[in-house]
Amino acid sequence: MSEEIKWTKESDMPLMAMSMGRMTVNKTGSWRNLRPVVDKDKCNKCGICWKFCPDVSIKMDAEDYPVVDLEYCKGCGICATECPKDAITMVKES
Amino acid sequence: MQKVIMGNHALSWGALLSRAEVIAAYPITPQTEVVELLSNMCADGDLDAQFIKVESEHSAMAASMGASAAGARTFTATSAQGLALMHEVLHWATGARLPIVMGNINRAMAPPWTIWTEQTDSISERDTGWLQIYTSSIQEIMDSVIQAYKVAEQVYLPVMVVLDSFVLSHTNENCDIPDQSKVDAYLPKFENAYKLDVAKPAAYGGLTGPDWYYELRYKIQKDTERSLDLFEETGKEFGEMFGRPYGLVETYKLDDAEIVLVTSASIASTARPVIDQLREEGHKAGLVRIRVFRPFPSDLLRKLLQGRKKVLVIDRNISFGMSGAFYEETKAALYNEKSAPPMWGYIAGLGGRDVPVDVIKETFLETIKEDHPEGDIIWIGVKK
Amino acid sequence: MLEIRFHGRGGQGTVVASKALAFAVAREGRYVQTFPEYGVERRGAPVVAFTRIDDEPIYIRSKIYEPDHLVVLEPTLIGAIDVTEGLKPGGWIIINSEKKAADFPQFKGFKVATFDATSVAVKYRLGSAAAPIVNTAILGALSKITGFVGIDAVREAVHEISPVKKDENVKAAEEAYETAVREQEQP
Repeated sequence: MSEEIKWTKESDMPLMAMSMGRMTVNKTGSWRNLRPVVDKDKCNKCGICWKFCPDVSIKMDAEDYPVVDLEYCKGCGICATECPKDAITMVKES
Repeated sequence: MQKVIMGNHALSWGALLSRAEVIAAYPITPQTEVVELLSNMCADGDLDAQFIKVESEHSAMAASMGASAAGARTFTATSAQGLALMHEVLHWATGARLPIVMGNINRAMAPPWTIWTEQTDSISERDTGWLQIYTSSIQEIMDSVIQAYKVAEQVYLPVMVVLDSFVLSHTNENCDIPDQSKVDAYLPKFENAYKLDVAKPAAYGGLTGPDWYYELRYKIQKDTERSLDLFEETGKEFGEMFGRPYGLVETYKLDDAEIVLVTSASIASTARPVIDQLREEGHKAGLVRIRVFRPFPSDLLRKLLQGRKKVLVIDRNISFGMSGAFYEETKAALYNEKSAPPMWGYIAGLGGRDVPVDVIKETFLETIKEDHPEGDIIWIGVKK
Repeated sequence: MLEIRFHGRGGQGTVVASKALAFAVAREGRYVQTFPEYGVERRGAPVVAFTRIDDEPIYIRSKIYEPDHLVVLEPTLIGAIDVTEGLKPGGWIIINSEKKAADFPQFKGFKVATFDATSVAVKYRLGSAAAPIVNTAILGALSKITGFVGIDAVREAVHEISPVKKDENVKAAEEAYETAVREQEQP
């Protein structure tokens, strides 16, 4: 796991725009207005939400149900749109 | 080893002696022989390199960038339209600080279709951040590839080694090919401090806002300026090891010269016997050949040219709406000097029009005749 | 400095002839520069190539406008183009031809020598019978007639430059050297 590289002046910077460590330091969950909520009763564990998530923020749990990683999920709603069983609902963040 | 080789093969030999590890190139007249020989060298096992066949010059540079980012010493070559197709990724190679070395054969831009020499292709890329060496002999082409890696890998910037189409690319002449062990001592294996490393993952070239992009440009400029000294140092060191010293410029009979020709590439070579003739006829003529055009050796030119009576520049390129590039930049370098000489800008040899001794002499004699230059372009030999 | 111009047709090995001469001269420790006049090369089209030779490094990088000597690999070019354009008075014109030098009265003021390189090329099966490659034979003849370069260096250069039939090419150059006649006829 690499560390975040930080600097305050040009002489401390790397020569090219290297990300500050991995992109995992960029916690995009803070961008979210809507949060996906999975209804396990409707879910058939097809994994389409996992496949479509553009931020790799859906993981499958031990029983093969999708779990959303809210640290990175931007709330784009693609999973809810693609779910063939309408098992994902987008809920307003409070 | 003494051999008679063509300019294109001098590029291939330069890459071989530099132990290039990846070569990605797409053939184009008049560059094809560079790639042909390198692919033979790889196939025969003389060069232990990955040879990547690609479907365009854009891909050639993209593949070169990938290889260079992975830490490999990378070589490619192109010309004219091929270089223009690379334009977008040329900026990328600089911004990503990849020390790629590329041969570019100066061929005039189409249309109309042409294969003959002119510098406008590489001059058009002068703002991409690639360092540029303009060569004037077969030996210099080979030597410059080796030196180019030595500079590139210290400043993390790409270098273009430039040669005239046919006049150099397809001319065969004597070339001393040094021993590999000597070149290895001059140019050790490269360890890229920024290479892609699975143990230390990072994303490169990602979105950078106005708060830091500006600093990254500042750093490129500072390292480009630093390369001025490095070109001098590596050229001098090359001379100590191989008996052939190089610098940012090459001068000929300059010390007491009152009228100085500034030019580049093969025209600067043909200019030497012209200087001899003019000297015999009583004119104090001298020559400055600009070898490194990027970075532009402004300080050095100020030193060499201020106080001279007259300076003339011959350009085999044109920036439409302005003038020849070497003229434009030489003039700009001297603008703030009190004793800046008047400067004449000649355009000659576009599209491979031959520039023999007589034409160069004509530019001198025109300049000697006049007191002050009129306009920024003097055309030589337009059929009117 | 010696400046030599080669005339031939595409496919005859004209460019390689100019290169082979340069290779041979360089083996004798002299400076050389050789280049073809590039255009749209096609089999059968007239081709021109140049070689410069000097004891000092060569800086001139323009075409050769006033050659000292000529080598004509294809006699049918004579008359079709002005082969002697710019040729310095007294220069050699070496012609690949079965004719005699006296058969070229138009070359007054030059030294003319002929050698039937085509027959030698055919004998050693260089190229095809319809399109023989005459460059190595004419080089042997040039060595004998002009003495610009020694036959030992020619032998080595021909061996180096020939992509196939190395031995046959060397034999062709040697046979040309042995049979070419140095005596010139001034028409």
